[in-house]
Amino acid sequence: MNDSMFSVLEQYIASRILKQPNRKINPTESIISSGLIDSFSLVDLALFVEDTFGVRIDDSELNAQTFDTLTQLASLIETRQNK
Amino acid sequence: MTTFSERLESHLFRTPQRVAVYLQHSGQPDLPIAYRQLLRGANAYARTFAREKIQPGEVVILILQHGEDLIYSFWGAILHGAIPSIMPFLTEKLAPERYRADLAALISVTKPAAIVTYPEFETEVRGALKEGDSVRAVIVTDKLEPQSDADFNTLPGIQRSEHDIVLLQHSSGTTGLQKGVALSHRAVFNQLDSYSQALHLNDNDVIVSWLPLYHDMGLIAGFLLPILAGVPLVLSSPFDWVRAPYKLMQSVSQYKGTLSWLPNFSYNFCAQKIRDRYLEGVDLSSWRAVINCSEPVHWESHHAFYERFKLYGLKLETLQTSYAMAENVFGVTQSDLARPPKVEEIDREAFMTERVARAPVNGHPAMKMMSSGKPLSNTRIRILDEHGRDVPHRKIGEIALQSDCMLAGYYNRPDATKKAFYEGWYLTGDYGYISEGEVFVSGRKKDMIIVGGKNVYPQDLESLTYEVPGVHAGRSVAFGIFDEEAGTEDVVIIAEVDSKDRDEQEKIADLIRQHVTKNSAIALRYVKVVGPKWILKTSSGKTARSANKEKFLKELESQS
Repeated sequence: MNDSMFSVLEQYIASRILKQPNRKINPTESIISSGLIDSFSLVDLALFVEDTFGVRIDDSELNAQTFDTLTQLASLIETRQNK
Repeated sequence: MTTFSERLESHLFRTPQRVAVYLQHSGQPDLPIAYRQLLRGANAYARTFAREKIQPGEVVILILQHGEDLIYSFWGAILHGAIPSIMPFLTEKLAPERYRADLAALISVTKPAAIVTYPEFETEVRGALKEGDSVRAVIVTDKLEPQSDADFNTLPGIQRSEHDIVLLQHSSGTTGLQKGVALSHRAVFNQLDSYSQALHLNDNDVIVSWLPLYHDMGLIAGFLLPILAGVPLVLSSPFDWVRAPYKLMQSVSQYKGTLSWLPNFSYNFCAQKIRDRYLEGVDLSSWRAVINCSEPVHWESHHAFYERFKLYGLKLETLQTSYAMAENVFGVTQSDLARPPKVEEIDREAFMTERVARAPVNGHPAMKMMSSGKPLSNTRIRILDEHGRDVPHRKIGEIALQSDCMLAGYYNRPDATKKAFYEGWYLTGDYGYISEGEVFVSGRKKDMIIVGGKNVYPQDLESLTYEVPGVHAGRSVAFGIFDEEAGTEDVVIIAEVDSKDRDEQEKIADLIRQHVTKNSAIALRYVKVVGPKWILKTSSGKTARSANKEKFLKELESQS
């Protein structure tokens, strides 16, 4: 996975969603099914990804089946960027 | 007077083809359900309850997600004369063990005869059952009697009296014994009559809702009111709404929706999180009331919502308020739909220290209060001091109420019912004042946190925190802080640990976040793990939540 993409996502989640700026997020740590990111913040994450990486994430994709880790989210973004 | 079954029979007789519910699911076409179909689906359940020998007057718990089965099983229980109660479904963030424990506690108090659920969830439900408890049947949605036209001559529901209990609403609390608010047919109709009058409910109305049916706002305003009154309902789910809030606007536009109810946070949520691309061609001019209730109401939230959507035909007077609670079936007050709710500025210091709402003296800091409107025509309100005496106009006290639509009692909890009343008046636990006949709600007696319309008790969260290794009992404090951007409260947990190591503290913070969320389904915004002696205690050794909140806010401010 692209390191800068990972750190941008990690930083956003830690500082804006979790309000724990020093919190490290493991690339394979589950972030949705674990309840780390609650449903109210999912839309924020999607809006952030759209604005930052220029790809669309549909509301039907905001669930743990589509992505549950930063690795999965980053690969979703990369697939769309390469289209 | 009448009963639910009689009212349904009359809709079936007069307008069998009229659509009662447009059921929405993300990614699927909307499903229109006419009264005839509603009753056919309900009859399948009524006949299944009969097959399982469920008696009229017995409680049936419904553990189902948004969808046809939830709707049909609710009305099926009504047709059978049983008492339905809808429970929230297990979400992925809640630990199954906790869910089972809560369900077992509920069963021990409410003593249901049956539970309805999906085949996939049957094992989960059976896990909460005990030898010798009240549950005689777990009914799964794929083993029902076939759908058929309801025969009102033989359905037991038609024999119910208006004084019988028609349903139970479970007030939310994260853990422990829940209280089921028992309501009679008559109480519900009395509420619907006076509430409809305040709304000027009419034949052109269309209600659009995504609210959950296990909560009074969703169940009464977003389900029973439209279906019993013959007003079309466009029904979506909170699960879909939170991921795609724009669908509310699109639905209002498509169905010419006129009425919706929203908790305060969702005004902010919609105003901030909807992209323009989803609003192309949307017309909100049919929306005549969006009613803010179930959380403290904030003028700023209305303002943000109006500014965001005025270009799409939203009218300022559409944004309204209500003060409501399950114990009064639903509405207690309603603002006048002809004009925006009254907003006044009061002196902050006088409010804090003298407990009075008065105009600010020149230059003094002020706070904005928004009215929740006047009491419904069947409801009387008093404001009482701590000795149960009426306080003067504009003085703050506890809101007490009396009406012809009060709860019959907390089901099987005469102790709790008795405690809730004082000389025939229901004590709400909310603080407020009255000015020119309008009710302004200003706070609450208990340290309850309301997050996204859900009531959370801090002591429940603190107890869960003590279960985390490294945290000692009595060394955690939970409270809510108002988040202006979100329009609701953020949950804060502070825990003291022996370790002064930052990394160790971060690790414990993580464990707390996971454990509390898994066991309460409440997302925590701030988890702060601190060294010894951070938490302030009262002289008697109790944790002083408000003092700790002040301290936390000061630290937060100095950091930013």
